[in-house]
Amino acid sequence: MVQIEAYVILSAVLFILGAMGVLLRRNAILVFMSVELMLNAANLALVAFAKQWNQMDGHLFVFFVMTVAAAEVAVGLALIVAIFRTKHSIDIDQLHQMEG
Amino acid sequence: MIATEFDLATSLLAILPEIGLTVLALIVLALDLSLPKGQHRTIAIVAGLGLGFIAALPLILWPGSQATPEGLYWGGMVRHDVLSQIFKVMVLLAAGITCLMSLDVKGVGHRGEFYLIIIVSTLGMTLMAGAADLIMAFLALETTSIPLYLLAAFKRSDPKSAESGVKYFLFGAFASALMLFGMSLLFGFSGGQTGLYQIGQYLGSQAFADNALPVLGALVLIIVGFGFKISAVPFHFWTPDVYEGAPTPVTAFLSVASKSASFALLVRFLMAVFPAALVIGDAQIKDFWVQLMAASAVISMTIGNVVALAQRNIKRLLAYSSIAQAGYTLIGVAALQATSAEVQAQAVASVGFYMFMYVFTNLLAFAVVVLFSEATGSETIADLAGLSRRNPALALMMTVGLLSLAGVPPAAGFFGKFFVFNAAVQSGLVWLAVVGVLNAIIGLYYYLVVIKVMYVDRSEDEDKPIPVSRPYVWVLAITAGLVIVLGTVGAQVVFDWAVRSAGSLFVG
Repeated sequence: MVQIEAYVILSAVLFILGAMGVLLRRNAILVFMSVELMLNAANLALVAFAKQWNQMDGHLFVFFVMTVAAAEVAVGLALIVAIFRTKHSIDIDQLHQMEG
Repeated sequence: MIATEFDLATSLLAILPEIGLTVLALIVLALDLSLPKGQHRTIAIVAGLGLGFIAALPLILWPGSQATPEGLYWGGMVRHDVLSQIFKVMVLLAAGITCLMSLDVKGVGHRGEFYLIIIVSTLGMTLMAGAADLIMAFLALETTSIPLYLLAAFKRSDPKSAESGVKYFLFGAFASALMLFGMSLLFGFSGGQTGLYQIGQYLGSQAFADNALPVLGALVLIIVGFGFKISAVPFHFWTPDVYEGAPTPVTAFLSVASKSASFALLVRFLMAVFPAALVIGDAQIKDFWVQLMAASAVISMTIGNVVALAQRNIKRLLAYSSIAQAGYTLIGVAALQATSAEVQAQAVASVGFYMFMYVFTNLLAFAVVVLFSEATGSETIADLAGLSRRNPALALMMTVGLLSLAGVPPAAGFFGKFFVFNAAVQSGLVWLAVVGVLNAIIGLYYYLVVIKVMYVDRSEDEDKPIPVSRPYVWVLAITAGLVIVLGTVGAQVVFDWAVRSAGSLFVG
């Protein structure tokens, strides 16, 4: 039986990796994948806590998070395609149409 | 607190505005498919009036009436109380006015799906105002945000709009992920509770008394998420770019509606999960978040106002002004630290009143910007020169809006600031109120500069009038009327009534 602490530490590590990815990567798709990693870190923590406390609400929460993440992928990729059409690049450092 | 008996009729009444929004969304979708091309005005007016009608529902269903008593509904998912109703009216009116405002905007107004997306986003906002459960709060936040990403990028072929959408999406998704991780930690630290009020009770029962540090970590993650949504400094950097690039009616909508819904949820979160009386171990959690709120209020006001001084684009100016306005509102949130229920009720009412007047003030200012930029194609402040001769009424409306943002009587902004500062003084945060007043003086300067450009500066285009069509006359009349009423006869009446009703939030 794996201790709850192990799961929480793993999820924290995944979360930090995701956050670093968002802050350090310059490719819009990679930034977006890092956000997904953060969401899944939260999912792992939720499932682990749900098992620990024997509460089904955590599992329920995870299903909703996965649904929301899917909706976010649909919108996000559409936006990234739209920006690629106008700029021919998805490097977020190139996004400086507006300054000041 | 959860009603032991499930009463379907009462429960349905408690979410009547949300049901109405779903029906309206379907009607708009059907109209979009069935009406011939060129009939988009019908859709906009149906959406606008429909939202206005739905905004009247919370007034009929006010908590305390026999039909819908205050309390938790749907298994504790939503709470039906005064706080939620005030903010629901606010976002519904804001959405209705935005629909009317978008009508003649090129590339936006003639597409039926635009109104559909606004309505869906509003549905998320009304749920945010009432959410009383982590799952509901997260779902409502995302139902609000995902349509807003689409709206920001609505003019797909315009590189600025597409860029604004991508930026908003990446920052918004990051903020949601931070908040979600905070929520998952909170779920774990509260013995697997998801109800906000149950989490507060569990934390208060000292069951998790070993140390307060993990709880503070979760609190910080959640507050950072909220900071993005209300564009408080230091999480504001997306705001100017997104506001500038998005189509102007969308900027108006997301600067008022998503901000006020986020404040509603923030206030409920702090009151329910981390109430002022909460002590974990020997640490008083309140001290911690009050300091965060006060610090964020000070730097939001200062940075928002100081950077706004240097702006040349009117939408960017209003973006920095909205950052400063979020700072003023955070003063009211910090005043929640008060120990007496009476002062706490004043703090909640001051946040509610501030957002209420801010919604109409900002919509008024943006309506003028929409009309001006549609007629001239320009968004720079210098081009506003001579507006008082091109359309005196429009210049007057803009003046009312800007004076209200600056906090000059008789516009509503004066009482908005007065109540917030008063709540801060009552709760013992005198220094914060002083910083707020000093900032209001800096703010006055750049608002007056815009007024000066409109009235004093001359331009070559003075003989070209700016046309205002009928729906825009309604928009300007409604928003300006409310700004003046809330700034004169209505202020004390509305505020007293908000304080009385907010008082009931703290009983039990």
